[in-house]
Amino acid sequence: MVDVTLARKSAPSGTFSWLFARRGRQGFDWSDALTYGFLLLGVLVMFTPVLWVVISSFKTPANLSEFPPTVLPYSAERVEVEGYAQPLPLFEVAGEDGEVRLLAQIRRVGLNAQMIDPQDVEAGPFTVPVASAVPLRQVNFVLENYTNLLVGQGGDIWRYVYNSLFITVVATVITLIMNSMAAFALSKYKFRGRNVALLAILATLMIPATVVLVPTYLIVAQLGLVGNLWGVILPTVATPTGVFLLRQYMLTIPDELIEAARMDHASEWRIFWRIILPLSSPALAVVAIFSILSRWNDFLLPLIVLNRREVFTLQLALASYQNENEIRYDLLLSMTTLTALPLALSFIFLQRYITSGIASTGIK
Amino acid sequence: MSTTNWVSRAGFGLMSLPARVIEPVMSGVQRLIGIKRMPWFFLIPNLTAVMLFALLPVLINVFYSLTGSDRLYPQDRPWVGGRNYETLFDCTNYLDPSTCSRDLFWRALGNTLTFVPIQVVCMIGIALITALCLNREIRGRGFFRGVFFFPVMLSPVVVALTWQWILQRNGALNGIFSAIGLNPVNWLVFPNTAFFWSVFVTVWAHMGFYTIILLAGLQAIPRDVYEAAKMDSASNWRVFTKITLPLLRPVLLVVFILSMIRSVQTFDELYILTGGGPGSATMLMVQYIYEIGFAIQPRNFGLAAAASLLLGAALLVFTAIQLHLSRRAQNG
Amino acid sequence: MRLKSLAASSALGLLAGALFSGSAFAQQITVYCGDNDCDTMRMIADRFEAEHPGMSINFELVSYQAILEALPVQLESGEGPDAAVVTDLGGLSRYYLDISEYVDSDFFEDEFGGTLIWLRGANPGSDAINGMPFTLTVNGGYVNLTLFEQAGVPLPEEGATWDEWAEATSQVAAATGTEFAMSMDRSGHRFASLAISHGAELVDEEGNPVVDEGLRLAVEKFVDWHQTGVMPMDLWGAVGGATHRELFSDFLNANVVMYFGGSWALWQMDAEVGDLFDWKVIDAPCGPGSCTVMPGGGALVGFAHTRHPEVVGAWIGYLAQPENMREVVSTLVEIPAGRTLVEDGVDYPTASERTQEALATFTNQIPKMAPAAYRFQGWRFQRAMMNALTTRISQVLNNELSIDAALDRIAQDVNLAIEAAAGT
Repeated sequence: MVDVTLARKSAPSGTFSWLFARRGRQGFDWSDALTYGFLLLGVLVMFTPVLWVVISSFKTPANLSEFPPTVLPYSAERVEVEGYAQPLPLFEVAGEDGEVRLLAQIRRVGLNAQMIDPQDVEAGPFTVPVASAVPLRQVNFVLENYTNLLVGQGGDIWRYVYNSLFITVVATVITLIMNSMAAFALSKYKFRGRNVALLAILATLMIPATVVLVPTYLIVAQLGLVGNLWGVILPTVATPTGVFLLRQYMLTIPDELIEAARMDHASEWRIFWRIILPLSSPALAVVAIFSILSRWNDFLLPLIVLNRREVFTLQLALASYQNENEIRYDLLLSMTTLTALPLALSFIFLQRYITSGIASTGIK
Repeated sequence: MSTTNWVSRAGFGLMSLPARVIEPVMSGVQRLIGIKRMPWFFLIPNLTAVMLFALLPVLINVFYSLTGSDRLYPQDRPWVGGRNYETLFDCTNYLDPSTCSRDLFWRALGNTLTFVPIQVVCMIGIALITALCLNREIRGRGFFRGVFFFPVMLSPVVVALTWQWILQRNGALNGIFSAIGLNPVNWLVFPNTAFFWSVFVTVWAHMGFYTIILLAGLQAIPRDVYEAAKMDSASNWRVFTKITLPLLRPVLLVVFILSMIRSVQTFDELYILTGGGPGSATMLMVQYIYEIGFAIQPRNFGLAAAASLLLGAALLVFTAIQLHLSRRAQNG
Repeated sequence: MRLKSLAASSALGLLAGALFSGSAFAQQITVYCGDNDCDTMRMIADRFEAEHPGMSINFELVSYQAILEALPVQLESGEGPDAAVVTDLGGLSRYYLDISEYVDSDFFEDEFGGTLIWLRGANPGSDAINGMPFTLTVNGGYVNLTLFEQAGVPLPEEGATWDEWAEATSQVAAATGTEFAMSMDRSGHRFASLAISHGAELVDEEGNPVVDEGLRLAVEKFVDWHQTGVMPMDLWGAVGGATHRELFSDFLNANVVMYFGGSWALWQMDAEVGDLFDWKVIDAPCGPGSCTVMPGGGALVGFAHTRHPEVVGAWIGYLAQPENMREVVSTLVEIPAGRTLVEDGVDYPTASERTQEALATFTNQIPKMAPAAYRFQGWRFQRAMMNALTTRISQVLNNELSIDAALDRIAQDVNLAIEAAAGT
């Protein structure tokens, strides 16, 4: 409580001081309430759309194109009626006397519908005004979007998963090692040409990836890597973002640690591998997450470079349903849910490093 | 928590296995080339990849911008000199896009110059507040982190389509509006609201990434610094401005530069959400480049390359100034 | 059943490829195709392979985006497939293979004359045979008959003009409380139907863009419909640039009386509207010029870099036979493109009565199309023009440009594209 009262007295923006209070205090006070309030609002804004994507992936196409949209997936209830090949949709029909009956619709013509009572088929079909009929629907999570997506791939789905995994894992490992080596050199040494090298790496950030796509393809083609998974891995490993991020992070690691290690006759590699890398684990985790995300979701470069089905990634294979004039929301949503799942898992796994990294190793 | 430790121990254990083989080799390398050249040894792999797959494409782009036709291979393209640049700069009055030969280039430039500062400030502000919240001792931290990070995992296509569904005339937001008695608004039809939602949606989609970077930075601030501050019974605000912010500066710089660069390069989400509309109110530079260079056959690579190089050059200058200023602040 | 045979044949294909690659036995070609096209062609390819020992075809199912963006880049570097179903017919023409020595040229000319010209790109006068139309699409209007009935407004007859349709649908919308009277995909291709009906040429015989009074008239009307609320701003108003956008769900949910889209949306009608309301596809609305709806669709073409031109030629020649194309068109529920099938008609055993009627209506529009529509569809700079149309008309709707300025800009945009492609 002490620091809170102090904050009220001295801080120019006392109202916001809850935000700057650090972790590690006991008890629950109003600053915690504000934190939770902010975070819960965040959950609402950030998560509701995501949740909608997942729920909607279980909707039928008809249900998806409905306005106003429904929250949960619904589908019309149908009933088998003797003498009709297809199951008929059920309607709740209010009669003139106000009595509500459950009827099955045979067909509809304009404002009237021909219906039949499934309990009493003998009575034969009769005509009902459409305005008085309400379709009977029930919550129904359909799996067809998923099965359609997967069946379309035949037995090859595991091959695509393997290709995607191979690209993601190999590219991420190479990225981490190469980027941290470069970042180490750029942050912990003073040498001629350092700024030029840094600038060269940073400069490549400035050109949007979409724009250099074609030249990149030309280079990959010259290297003979078209139709080869390495043709997608190599162009992406030198992420300037990763170098930049790791370098900025390594700048915060005190030089004394390195000096001390050199006193102990540690080789430069040993310093890098045994001291700098473990201390950089939060930043490494960020770069890893970033790399996994971008490689797994990569679309444009693989689209051009990977020209045979045997080397297709999951994203490429699942995108085959797109066509010129329409977007298949049903398949798009199930594909998103399906491909984002491994990402969510890898994030949950990796984000712990961000927390535990320094706290456990600690700079004493 | 214990599983994490186990996993991390196993991870480092695995790492140390090849390390035993690699380390002697690396000391050998160091003896061979001398400690002075070791930084280059660390740099070379990354630098080679950068040269081959980043700088070389940019050079090819320079060549594209000076040549014409829709052919891909440089040797097939006839030389046109500065024609593409001239076309872009062909204006009677630079302040009025409609007097320019490529009016949309200038409109896109103007839109980008308004979009970027607003979006970057919102992004960093919200990401910083979120990171500070997540850095506190709260229940369900992992859950909250996941929630804020989740949108980053969605592909831009899905982000755009989801928000399109929310914002359209008969969308979810208007559903909520009419449920609580407000008048529905056709959000994407008016330039101002469309611009607002462009900023909102891009911040929504990317802030998780910056939150995580800032969080990593906050976690890196050693606890004993805070302990010392506590001894001096410094106020929260003082601790924040005198300790947290200065120590966070390198990370903030990363976040600032990255978010600025990526903001300038905003494309996919808006291309699907607004297509640059209404009219050209949210058309940013990269969409313009994409449309002239890729979307419309025959593709005008030359003009697209020229526009992208101008964009890249402008970004480079901004970043250099930013780095220079931050170094001055650090030293002074 | 089909899955099994698919798996079996692809396994065989792989095996054959691994064992005999490069040898004289396996003359295998690779064909890029989209979702349903691959399955349908596979059925016919099984027969083809049985009748032509030593030849085999490998179908690669790829996304539309791959055809649009990756294929041109691959072709330029000689890495692409041997054949593909493409939609940018004129744009890729320099990569096409001339199969005239492997097929019956007279038959092809007679059957697919118009499309062959589109495929020749810059040399429409040559007698090269580059491929064949695979499926044909046609633009067209869908109307909600139930709404018309409720409003008691008589449905405009065949030969009704765009103005009459606007008038009638507006009355219906007002009487039934429907949000909008008419709606149109945000696509330069759809707009071209309206423009050519109003007498616009869009492109002349020499391949130069034409901005004429017909186009001006169409733009003026179109802008007026948006300003008076006949059409929603959501598509052409709210979206910018070259983006394609459709809002067919508005029609599926009866929020609009008439929707101008195309034959590809037909499958959604049975699947999603079902019995919700009555609908039909209307005859092409007319303008002062003609009653034109634009044709479109994909063509199967061979590429010049193939190592087995004889297989490509044999396959395209085989598929082009009316009995084989009939099977394709009937299975895919598409509009026939070949003359024989258009004349004889095609049965669609899997489609509902209403869909069959709609398909017949679409097919009936083909003879009515103005020559300008064919010329525009085969024009190499069609996409540049369509992009200019969407971009500039949206700017007019948002008061960024006057109609005069927009028309100037359209001509200027296309001319720049032509100059840039020529490299001058």
